[in-house]
Amino acid sequence: MKEEIFVSGRNIPDIDPFLNIWHWQIPIYLYLGGVAAGILFFAGLFTLLGKEKEMPATMKWAPIIAPIILVLGLFFLFLDLKHKLYFWQLYTTMRFESPMSWGAWVLMAITPLSMVWVGSYMKEMFPWWDWKFKVLNLFESWAIKNRSNIAWVMVVLAVILGIYTGILLSAFNARPLWNNSILGPLFLVSGMSTGAAVILLVSKSHYERTLMSRIDLLLIVIELFFIFHMIMGFRAGSAVQIAAASLFVGGPFTITFWVFVVLLGLLFPALLETLELRGFKVPVIIPAILILFGGLMFRFIMVEAGQITRYLY
Amino acid sequence: MRYAMAIDTRKCVGCSDCVVACQTENDVPIGFCRDWVTETVDGSYPNVVIELRSERCNHCDYSPCVRCCPTGASHIEDGGIVLVTKSKCIGCGACIQSCPYEARYSHPDGYVDKCTFCIHRVRKGEKPACVAVCPTKCMYFGDLDDENSEVSTILKNRKFKALAPEAGTQPHIYYLV
Ligand code: SF4
Repeated sequence: MKEEIFVSGRNIPDIDPFLNIWHWQIPIYLYLGGVAAGILFFAGLFTLLGKEKEMPATMKWAPIIAPIILVLGLFFLFLDLKHKLYFWQLYTTMRFESPMSWGAWVLMAITPLSMVWVGSYMKEMFPWWDWKFKVLNLFESWAIKNRSNIAWVMVVLAVILGIYTGILLSAFNARPLWNNSILGPLFLVSGMSTGAAVILLVSKSHYERTLMSRIDLLLIVIELFFIFHMIMGFRAGSAVQIAAASLFVGGPFTITFWVFVVLLGLLFPALLETLELRGFKVPVIIPAILILFGGLMFRFIMVEAGQITRYLY
Repeated sequence: MRYAMAIDTRKCVGCSDCVVACQTENDVPIGFCRDWVTETVDGSYPNVVIELRSERCNHCDYSPCVRCCPTGASHIEDGGIVLVTKSKCIGCGACIQSCPYEARYSHPDGYVDKCTFCIHRVRKGEKPACVAVCPTKCMYFGDLDDENSEVSTILKNRKFKALAPEAGTQPHIYYLV
């Protein structure tokens, strides 16, 4: 039996007995970043594939949400900071070794870009829209002309943003649950799937919905594979990794993880989407909401559980 | 120059003087600490082994806290001392997550704080407060690059270990066992 106690009575808030320095702000920040990445990725992708006409929700309507949730996400990141008055220091340096740093920069780039994107569709969406200033009109016509260039940049940035939400966690070698290289791709796929869910919610065209449902189904399958892959990797890993996996296999997070994330957030919506594609009448709102809910739960659980895992000595 | 500390777990009595000395020397707010003492009990009666350890930041060579800091507030000073620049710290908590030893904490004023190896004393040629005050003289501090320093000598003559080297941090607090 091995037991360790603090002789000097250490009991630092948010650190002892379990690390809990990141509260709800960070999972929400990661979630919103992932959803926005998904939406913008599809908007860019289908522009490049020349499907503007067939996919109105993907092109115009869903992207309206992107800049809003990106700004919200940055706001939640700001809320998490404890030395708030110094937050601008984040934008005085760029440190590639630090995911927090390049992630903040990517957000700084993709947020205005998403606004330009939405701006370029404003008149199409709202015919009464008027930019009021001549500069803005000029800028709009430039953006419309360069839409496919913008789409290229947006696709790349969206992928980086989506991966970043996972790498932010996976870069911490001190937290064995996070410290695995599949987390970046996993969060990216999960983000894209939630983005697709938003598009499904907004879309009214049958063609668009069917296509997005198919894509979403594929993403869910990949996500499930990544999750099993991650847990198998842990189980075949070192003592700390086995301990990390056991949080989900028999440990305190078993039920929340398998029921809310895997069953309700992935398997059930996948089943509903399959049924719908087969011609059954399923209100699209149900799988879409479930996917959005599952994605949020996933990030909450990962952030919360990861902080508990540590090296034992 | 590479500062390091060796702590004799067989001489330590767990009095926590080092903790109080640090809190006083460095104005550590009440309820927080930059160093702490743990007691690890192995086995069950009558075959028990007890190890007392005064722990603190390991001033790692490959310090994840410095790597993950988005602003460069966490940095490495001459002699390998890992420090936080208050006016650059945004309090994002990444370094607290990244430390396998839970050696950092969020100061009530917002920035992240931790052991500095008492750099203000060391630069004057004094020993860190914890080392200076230890009643059993179980801590040794000095320059690892200097073969004749106290810390180099004791590490040459005793069996020692570091904490969780498998975390890849290359820690520099050595425990004599
Ligand atoms: S012990 Fe922790 S705080 Fe100190 S240098 Fe290593 S990782 Fe950083």
